[in-house]
Amino acid sequence: MSLLEITGVTKLFGGLAALKEVSFRMEKGEIVSLIGPNGAGKTTLFNCITGTNPPNSGSICFMGEELTQLPPHEVARRGIARTFQHIRVFGRMSVLDNVRVGNDHRGRTGILSALLRPPWVRREEEETTKRCLEVLSLFGERLLPRVNHYANTLSYANRRRLEIARALVSDPKLLLLDEPTAGMNPHETQGVVDLIRTIRDRGHTVLVIEHKMKVVMTVSDRIVVLDHGEKIAEGTPTEIAADEEVIQAYMGGRKRGVEAN
Amino acid sequence: MRRILRSILVNSPKIVILLALLSIPELVTNLYVLQVMTFVGIYVILALSLNLLNGYLGLLSIGHAAFYGLGAYASAKLVMELKLPFLLSMLGAGAVAGAFGYLIAKPTLRLSGIYMTLATLGFNIVLFLVLQNWMGFTNGPLGIMDIPPPVIFGLVVQSRKGYYYFMLVLAVLTVWSMRRLIDSRFGRALVAIRENELAAEATGVFTTRYKVQGFVLAAFYAGVAGSFYAHFVKFISPDSFYINESFVLLAMLALGGQGNLAGPIVGAAALVVIPELFRFLQEYRMFVYGGILIAMMLFRRQGILGDRDYTLQLPWFQERPKAVYARGDKFLPEDEPSSSGC
Repeated sequence: MSLLEITGVTKLFGGLAALKEVSFRMEKGEIVSLIGPNGAGKTTLFNCITGTNPPNSGSICFMGEELTQLPPHEVARRGIARTFQHIRVFGRMSVLDNVRVGNDHRGRTGILSALLRPPWVRREEEETTKRCLEVLSLFGERLLPRVNHYANTLSYANRRRLEIARALVSDPKLLLLDEPTAGMNPHETQGVVDLIRTIRDRGHTVLVIEHKMKVVMTVSDRIVVLDHGEKIAEGTPTEIAADEEVIQAYMGGRKRGVEAN
Repeated sequence: MRRILRSILVNSPKIVILLALLSIPELVTNLYVLQVMTFVGIYVILALSLNLLNGYLGLLSIGHAAFYGLGAYASAKLVMELKLPFLLSMLGAGAVAGAFGYLIAKPTLRLSGIYMTLATLGFNIVLFLVLQNWMGFTNGPLGIMDIPPPVIFGLVVQSRKGYYYFMLVLAVLTVWSMRRLIDSRFGRALVAIRENELAAEATGVFTTRYKVQGFVLAAFYAGVAGSFYAHFVKFISPDSFYINESFVLLAMLALGGQGNLAGPIVGAAALVVIPELFRFLQEYRMFVYGGILIAMMLFRRQGILGDRDYTLQLPWFQERPKAVYARGDKFLPEDEPSSSGC
């Protein structure tokens, strides 16, 4: 059984089909890249998987369970975490608290126990903090020294890292990264590439939307290419690099692509 | 022994403030001052409860006086008709307000932004009209008179001093419980929802449930404040719980700053005391009141205390989470003060 099985997913926005019969599967421990020109439907697919914007038809099966009917927080609790293309950190919250929120679904503290604070609540808090700091330590010196700063004081790249940390702390089986290197310089981009590998080695499966071809080609085990809402190719990086249709989608026709070069 | 000493030192600002508040009735013999202080207490609870919604959850409720009124009427009715003991009916008043909060929150929280805000306003107006016109139950615009004073374990609270101390206990309980709620999984979820609901949802936070819980909780606190008000003033009428009261609460948050616990307290104290200070201007004192609010919006929109979080602790005792430096990181924790201001 595959970890994630997407079959015939269609998403319509009015008359426009943002996704048309998209199907692919992901196995455990893979790093799969989702690429395609702007407006190809990559983020829409993420929104379909996470329940933010459920598809009109088709099925998304995660570890044998259908996700399409579930609200976003339930999807997250099943073990799918994501980051956003436009950064969505909790700005007026400390870095540590941002990450702690990622651990929310594991907590049992309710209103009453928060008021009375029996010993197990304290233990739960300590465990959460420990866990969060451990995840933050994955980012070396980037986030750890700033645990008490508000997230909106962080640099752009650090906010992206914080989003990843927040997603990681819930220990997701599948991590969806939406353009994790957007706006990063080459050095930082390399850091993200290493990080994605580290994340995989920790046992998470990663689906990443990425525009930088260098990243895509080095990091992914497999690549899925979308164009105008349709899957036009799927395969290993070398296969995709040689695929006629992919080149056409990106260059708008072989001939013009050649001229441009 | 050292631990006790340390905890006294750590909490010294709190202890000093508490001692000052405790000694006020002994130092000030003016009953009028005590009465004003007691009103400050009522509004501190109300402003803090509204702060839970507007400040922490990021919703905008502009009909909060409805729950205040519900608490006042419920408490008066429970004590006078059902002859319940006072403390029980105070909790009952909170529960009634909370139950209505649930009934309002459940359908309206599906609405977003301004629509939910208008629903809260609508609820306040509807409640006012019901209180105004249901002669049989609420005695309409004539209100309920001769509400008995609170009796706590056989002790009748009668003097201004007694009310002051009772209020102090309630206010301290409110601040204490809010602090605990905010510093917990629950509080973090509320702030996360305020900061970015979509991201909170995607991280596994059950946003709808937290919002409903927050709403019920805010209504509960307001109901308790209403109960105190009813037994303190001993007369309640629908006028005290009309939307202008809701807007006074909003003004307190705007003036003091929201999203922290200190702001609403400062705002409540200021907006209760200022009209009293300028009483010599008679009707014109509302000019001062309005002028201050306009000046605030012009020069300091986030309120006196802004939107930072404050702890009542001397800076050198503030605890910071210690970072674990796994895998041989060379970096050591910095000493510079965090820009969040803690």
